[in-house]
Formats: sequence, C-alpha cells, structure tokens
Amino acid sequence: MNGLLLTSIAVLVLVMFFIVFRMSNLVSILRTKSKKGEEIDVSTNNFHAYLFLLLPLAGTIWAFWYGIKHSGLWWQPDAAIHGAEYDWLSKIAHVIIILMFLVTNAALFYFAYKYRYKRNHKATFYPDNMKLEVVWTIVPAIILAVLVFTGWNLWRKVTKDAPENAIQIEVVGKQFNWIARYPGKDGKFGGYNFRYTDDVNELGLDFTDKNVNDDFQATELVLVKGKPVQLKIRARDVIHSVSLPHFRQKMDAVPGQPTTMWFIPTKTTQEMREELKSNPEYLKPDPSTTKGDPKDMKARWETFDYEIVCQEICGRGHFSMRMRVIVLDEKEYEAWVAKQEPFVVKNKEYVSEAIKRQTKMKQASGQALVENTSMSN
Amino acid sequence: MASAVAHAHDVHTHEEHHEHHHETFLTKYVFSTDHKTIAKQFLVTGILWAFVGGLLSILFRLKLGFPEMDYTWLKPLLGKWVTGEAGQGQLDPEFYLALVTMHGTIMVFFVLTAGLSGTFSNFLIPLQIGARDMASGFLNMLSYWFFFASSVIMAASFFLDGGPAAGGWVVYPPLSALPQALKGSGSGMTYWLVSMTLFIISSLLGGINYITTVINLRTKGMTFSRLPLTIWAFFVTAIIGLLSFPVLFSAALLLVFDRSLGTSFYLSDIYVAGQALDHTGGSAILYQHLFWFLGHPEVYIVLLPALGITSEIIATNARKPIFGYKAMVGSILFIGILSFIVWAHHMFVTGMDPFLGSIFMFLTLIIAVPSAVKAFNYITTLWRGNIRYTPAMLFSIGLVSLFISGGVTGIILGNNALDIYLHDTYYVVAHFHLVMGSASFFGMMAGVYHWFPKMFGRMMDEKLGYIHFWLTFIGVYLVFFPMHFIGIAGFPRRYYEFSAYAAFRDEVYLNLNQFISVAAVITFGAQLIFGFNFFYSMWRGRKATQNPWNSNTLEWTAPLEPGHGNWPGQIPFVYRWAYDYSKPNAEKDGFTDFIPQNVPYSMTPHSNLPHENEMIALEKEEMLPHDTTLELAELAKKKEVTA
Ligand code: HEM
Ligand SMILES: [Cu+2]
Ligand SMILES: [Cu+2]
Repeated sequence: MNGLLLTSIAVLVLVMFFIVFRMSNLVSILRTKSKKGEEIDVSTNNFHAYLFLLLPLAGTIWAFWYGIKHSGLWWQPDAAIHGAEYDWLSKIAHVIIILMFLVTNAALFYFAYKYRYKRNHKATFYPDNMKLEVVWTIVPAIILAVLVFTGWNLWRKVTKDAPENAIQIEVVGKQFNWIARYPGKDGKFGGYNFRYTDDVNELGLDFTDKNVNDDFQATELVLVKGKPVQLKIRARDVIHSVSLPHFRQKMDAVPGQPTTMWFIPTKTTQEMREELKSNPEYLKPDPSTTKGDPKDMKARWETFDYEIVCQEICGRGHFSMRMRVIVLDEKEYEAWVAKQEPFVVKNKEYVSEAIKRQTKMKQASGQALVENTSMSN
Repeated sequence: MASAVAHAHDVHTHEEHHEHHHETFLTKYVFSTDHKTIAKQFLVTGILWAFVGGLLSILFRLKLGFPEMDYTWLKPLLGKWVTGEAGQGQLDPEFYLALVTMHGTIMVFFVLTAGLSGTFSNFLIPLQIGARDMASGFLNMLSYWFFFASSVIMAASFFLDGGPAAGGWVVYPPLSALPQALKGSGSGMTYWLVSMTLFIISSLLGGINYITTVINLRTKGMTFSRLPLTIWAFFVTAIIGLLSFPVLFSAALLLVFDRSLGTSFYLSDIYVAGQALDHTGGSAILYQHLFWFLGHPEVYIVLLPALGITSEIIATNARKPIFGYKAMVGSILFIGILSFIVWAHHMFVTGMDPFLGSIFMFLTLIIAVPSAVKAFNYITTLWRGNIRYTPAMLFSIGLVSLFISGGVTGIILGNNALDIYLHDTYYVVAHFHLVMGSASFFGMMAGVYHWFPKMFGRMMDEKLGYIHFWLTFIGVYLVFFPMHFIGIAGFPRRYYEFSAYAAFRDEVYLNLNQFISVAAVITFGAQLIFGFNFFYSMWRGRKATQNPWNSNTLEWTAPLEPGHGNWPGQIPFVYRWAYDYSKPNAEKDGFTDFIPQNVPYSMTPHSNLPHENEMIALEKEEMLPHDTTLELAELAKKKEVTA
C-alpha cells in the first residue's frame, strides 16, 4: 500500500520533470535566438533570489513551530542527579548554536537575495579587512571557550570516581541481551573467567571463589532511588553500549576491557509515571497497545519504563537488545533483594560439577592461562 | 626553480606527443594517462556509485519510515534477503545492517573521496596551475585502475552468500572479526578489506601525484600566494590523505591478521557462539584509535575539496574577489593540522581516561574556529556582489548553508559532557550528513555544473539544473533536519526497528520517520534528473564557449576541448591572483568585470593597486621576453570589448 503510494509519487514527480524539461527546452531554443551574445542566462535570477529568501524562512518557522508544539517529547524525561545540570547546559548550548545558525544563515540568504544580479551593476571590489577577520576569529573563540569550560565542569563531575557508598552492579552485554549480577550480602563479587562460560554459567563465574556464593543474577536492572549506583560493565562477545537515556549516561561494553559508570537515580519508576501524567505527550496511547482490544489500550505514561538501550552496533539483534530498568525506593528494594536467590543456590548440581571442571582446568593449564579476573569492589 | 622544471616538462611532453600520434581507443579512453580523461573516469564511476549508495539508503529508509511495509515487491531485487511469505515480506535484519554499512562505505570513500577529490584534483590541478599533465601520468592511470578494481570487489561482495560487510562503515572489531557474530563478517568482510586496501593504494598514488604536481609543475608566475583556493584545498587534502590513509591501512592489516592468522591485536576474552576463543591480550579500542586517526581527517578529505570548489564558484558568480584569501588559506592549513589531533572525540564513551577526554574536547572545539572563519568569509564574499545564479552557484550557496547548519551541532557533540547522551544517536547522523555528506555532495554537484563545459565542451541544461538544485536543497533539509529531533529523543543509529523500547514508541516519532523517508525518496528521485542531464548533455548539450562563466583561472584559457597537453602552444604565464573580479577602473584598461590570471599588470595600469604597479618592473625583467601568451590575454580583452 505504502509502496504503491511512494512509487506513484515518484512516477508523478518524474513525469512532471519530463514535461518541464520539454517545455523549457522549447522556450530556451526560442530565447537563445532572440538574445544572442548574452552567454549566461540570468532570466531566472530573481526567481532564485526570492526562493532563497522565502524557503529558508518557511522552513525555519515550520521547524520552530513543530519543535515547540512537541517540546514535551524531545529530551527523554530525566531522572538523574546530573540530569538537571545536563539539560540546562544542553539548552544553553542549543540556544547559542541556534542563534549562530539563524544569524549566519539569515545573512547568507539575505545577501543572496539582496545582491542578485542587476544589469549594468558592478560588484564592490572588497578583497579583505583585517579587523573584521580578527573580530570573527576571536568572538567565536570566546563563545566556544565559555561552552568548553561549562562542559568540562560537568564532564569531570560525571566521570569522577563513584562515591564510596555506591551500590555495585555488574552489567554484562552479550548477543543479544543484558545480564545483571549483584554482589549479594557480602558486597563482594566472585571472580570470573570467560573460559568458564557456557549456557548455564552465562557470566563465566568462578565457583572456586567463595565470594561468588551469594552473588545473584537478574534480567532486569533494579536500582534504588537516591542511592548512587556504579555499573561494572563488560561484554562477552562484541562491543555493546549501555545507554541510559533517562539518566544521561552511556558507556561502551568492551570484551576484554571492563568499563564503569555511575549515577544517582532521583525518581522511582512509579514516581516518574505519575509525573508524566502532566505531560500531554504521554497521555496519548502507546502505539504498541492500540492494535488489539481497545480495553488493553494504555497511555504512554502507563507503559513508561527506564531502559538500557544498546547503542553500539552488535549484530542482528542489536535493535532489540533492551533491558528494563526499575527504580524502587529503599524499602521496596530491600524486599526485592530478599527474594533473590543466589546463582549457586539455584543451580546446585551444575555448580558442583563445574567446580570439578574448573579445578581441573586450572591444574591442567597452569595459573597463567586461566587467570581469574577478580572484581575489585 | 619551479618554473624551470615546468619548462623542462613542457618540452618533454611535447616530444612524447609526437611519438604517440595514433592513439587507439584503448589508450585514449581506457588506459589513458591524460589527467582529464582520468578525471572523467573518476567522475563517471563516482556518479554510478552515488546512485548505488543512494538506492541502498532508500531501501533502509523504507524500513524505518514504514516498519510494517511488505517487502515482497522487492524480492526480485533482494532475493533471499527478503524473508517471510508473500504479503508479509520482511527485510532481513542483518541485511539491513549490510545496507547501512555499504551505504556509508560507498558514500564516504567511493563517492565523496574518489568521485569528488579524484575527479576535481585530477581535472583542475594541471589546468589551473598551468601544467601539461600530472607529474606522473602513469601512476595517475594506476590510481584510477586501483580504484576500479576496488570498486569491482566491493560490488562483488553484494553477491556473496553471507552478504557484504555489515558491521557499520567503521567496521569495529570484534564484530567485524567474527563471522560467528555476524554473517557479513565472513567473506563479505574479507572483500571489504581487500577492496579498501586497493582503495587506499589508489588514494596514495593519486595523492602523491597531486602533491608533486602542485609543488613542481606550476607555470611561471604561479606562486603559492597566487594559487586559486581550489588548488590549495586539493593540495592540503592530498597531504592529509597521504598522512592518514596509511594508518587506516595498518588498522586493516592488523584486522586481517586477527581474522586469518589467529593473532590478538584487537581480540581478547571472547565467548561467542558457544565457544571461548583463544585470543587474549588484544584491545578492541586500539582499532578505534587507529580507525579514527584516519576517520576524522577523512571527513576533511571529503569536505575541503568541496570548499575549494565553492570558493572558486562563489567568487566567479558573485563577480567579487573571495573575501580574505589569506585567511581562507590559513584556515585550510589550520584545519589540516588540527584534523589530526581530534580523533578521539568519536570515542568519548569507550571508557577512555576522562582526562584524555577533556584534552580532546579542547582540541575539537578549537577546530570550530577556522571552520567558522570560512563560513563568514563566504558570506562576506556575497556582500555587495552581483550574483548570477548558475546551477553551480546555487549549489555553492546551498553548500555554505549546509556547512553552517551541520557545523553548529559539532559544537554540541564536541562538548564531551553533552556527547554522552547524544553519541551514536540520530543527532550525530544529522550532524555529519549535513556538514559532510550533503555539503560535500553539493560541492561535487557545483563542480560538475561549473566545469562540465571544460570537460565535455558542452553546457548542461540549466533549467534541469535549477530543478535539480531546488529539489535537492529542500530535500536534504527535510531529510536531515528532523533527525535532530529524533536524535535528541535518543534514537540510536543502525537500528532496524525501534518498537522494542517504550521510550521510542510515540506516533510523533513514527510520523517524523515516515516524513524523512518520503523526503528521501523524492530527493533521490531528483538525482535522476541530474543523471539524465549529465549523460544527455555530454552528447546533446548546447556547445559551450571557451570561457562561459567569464572566469579568471587558467583552465579557461585552454582550448574548448583541450588535447593531451592542455595548451596547444606555450603554457600561459601567470601575473596575478585568481580573484580580480569587478576591479575598479578595469574598463579603462579595456576589461569588463574580470581580469584573467594571465594578464600582466603592465596591461592594466589603470586598475592596478599601488603595490601591483611595483610588480610591473619585475614582469618586464623576468617574464615578458618569453611570453607569447600575451596574445591570448590580448584576445581575451578584445572579446570582452565586443561582448
Ligand atoms: C565545527 C566543527 C566540528 C565539531 C566540533 C565536530 C564534532 C564532532 C563530534 C564530537 C563527533 C562525534 C559525535 C559522536 O559520535 O558522538 C562528530 C561526528 C562526526 N563529524 Fe563532526 N564536528 C565538526 C565538524 C565536522 C565536519 C566539518 C565534518 C565533515 C566534513 C564532520 C564530520 C563528522 C562525521 C562524519 C561524524 C560521524 C562519524 C560516525 O560516527 O560515523 N564534522 N563530529
Ligand atoms: Cu547492540
Ligand atoms: Cu571527527
């Protein structure tokens, strides 16, 4: 249906051009006869000059109108301590570049219009002006310097070491999903080795390491409101990227080269949903719920969730490599943790087999080959 | 010194000319060593690739704009890459990635590097500096044929069983190293690597030639300070390429080793497809450093020639000297140098040391300054001009606008704190498609319209050119501007579909994507007009005159269709810069609003500026005795008087 629509538009456009071409050909044959000697055809000059004035104006107005009309939709709602500062900086910077964009484009198109060809008119010979050049080298340099320093400030805050009291969670990317591991009661992660990985032991945990015993895994990332969280990120196969748009954070997951990132969630998932009720964009139905029974239809605020978006191309399933992120308050979080069962407890039989295997592997190939990556806490 | 060489060369090619009088079809059109023919070969190949690259983008844009579209009707074209039963044909997600990857590779390297720089450096360097040909015609020919071979291999990779490379145009390992992780990383990736290796060789051969030619073969009087800005741009571009392409080559070579010899340069601790691999100790990030060490300069390799072309066209058609020639040269050089020390701004979120991230932010934002200066200078060149809108001029003005609109978002992205959220979103796609993709493409189109008469002795149809311009200009803005919106909403690049995420499920986003896709189809359609115009005018276009745009540069002093050697007699000498447009009092000297570069100051006493009058003495001493081209200048003058 859409294909048909598009093809017919394309055909129509082509036919239009062909007709215009035939006509203009005839016209230009007539014209070249009448105006011999004039080499450059300036007959359409005014037309272009006016278009240069009108079209950018129309386009700009449209863009502003559209942008403002849906202003509740552009930045994802923010729920991190740094988020407010990020959004503020981003807005200032955008105001500045929009001004630059408007002023320079306006000058360009206005001059294009104003100084269009006029017969018997001569352009002004104006090869340079040192003062002007200096001014417009220095002014942008100053503006940029200001932006750089504000950005630098924020960058240092975001990338400094995580606070001591941060909750630590390991996030592992693999084709094509994320796995989270919590260190359990002892607050210590057990070591791992990629050679121990298999279908059950997806994270390659080293079961000879006692710290592993209370580690538990989750398919959703559960966080606590108001508490710093540090993610220890790694990848099993190819590069992935942990993008948390609502927390204004992003960090690649690189095989063989663990990375980290930290932030502080400021709103629970529930609070965020409530808050979004006041944003008209989120009162509209979620398109994925409109196909079936009208009873199942949900508004966007209802289906809202924080999520990890995989943001580095990682293969076939890249586009669906999502992990739900849930922010709870402290009490709810405690209750959730209490319900989680350590991996070792869940997979008793497997683990006792695995310990044997792992011990054998260590002995067979010597420490060097099967060096564990122990997680520093 | 330089002119002595020029003379020696002069004589040399003359002799050669006598020996090769009977050119066969093969030596004239296929294995030609004439820079003009080679330029046309690059151009035609580039245009063909542009259509292929464009078509690929339409295929994936349809998916993004109409996620539920039935792809069955494309089965004849795509074969097994359309899956599902008739009536609900789906594009294979891995093929989607292959489409994106090949689109990027083709556009960046084959169209905007080979098609743009290859065409115009080849065509214009000898003609504008007054040389008979490139320093080495033979290497130049090889340069094209390496590119051709590279093209054939890249094209062949489409027909492989596993499809072409699919890891994105940057082909980051481990994804690109592991066929287990991605089908396209099998033989498709091997073809990609071989093809790119040939391409790099082609670029280096071309680059060496451009550099030597500009340094050694300038005609008498063509000092560096009189070089047209086109030549400055090509010259610096070639130097950047020469320094950075070898690094891409080493990146590719190490990847080849990892892929086929079991080395671990980039690979470490990998468990994939149920198997732990033996690689340890490699660094996937190392590849990114090497890649972007080329990758960032590459964006300027693509853009600078377009800016050079634009400078020339804007000055000619505004009938004004380019404003701030020295600042323009200075910013080209400055950009050239800086482009080597900003690469890691593509890697702010790879886990690099935050301090390093800060350094690269500072360096990156410095590069915005010379870029801004260039934009201001273009705008001032229009100020109080007398602007004629040829299609080339329209495209040049379009370029300046796109360069600004795409450039300002660089300021946001270069700010590493802000880049965290925007990295790898459609915001980046909008940024580089405007500033690099569209701007350079507009430069290429401007160049084709402007120099077509010199290439083929005929004019392209202007009316079609106008329609082509307006549709394309409106089209690219409609395609790429809305991408800022969905980029700010966080939409990731290289996604087959967005429906898995609550964050991206809104009908407004859907509508925007649909809008973009429709605009893309129309913009692509507009390029067919150009294709028609180009090939039609080659044979049926109106006959051109020798200097159709009343331009100052040397190529317009050559015959309408120059033979091998460019000027039948002596090479013209150069006495002034290329931008004496609308010089005051030129009428008193018998000129209209332009004075070509080969007119000595002694012929223009009324219009000379004070320091130019001082040059007359020098002219008398050194040049006049040799110069038979004065007649040419005299001719130019007479023609103007009668016109
Ligand atoms: C005003 C100066 C500029 C600045 C500060 C700037 C900054 C940046 C930054 C920081 C990125 C990385 C964004 C990300 O991936 O998160 C980027 C991407 C890019 N820029 Fe620019 N840029 C500027 C001008 C240009 C120009 C002039 C070109 C081309 C001629 C260009 C072409 C590109 C390309 C191709 C990419 C994306 C590469 C990719 O990820 O595939 N930029 N730019
Ligand atoms: Cu991914
Ligand atoms: Cu860059």
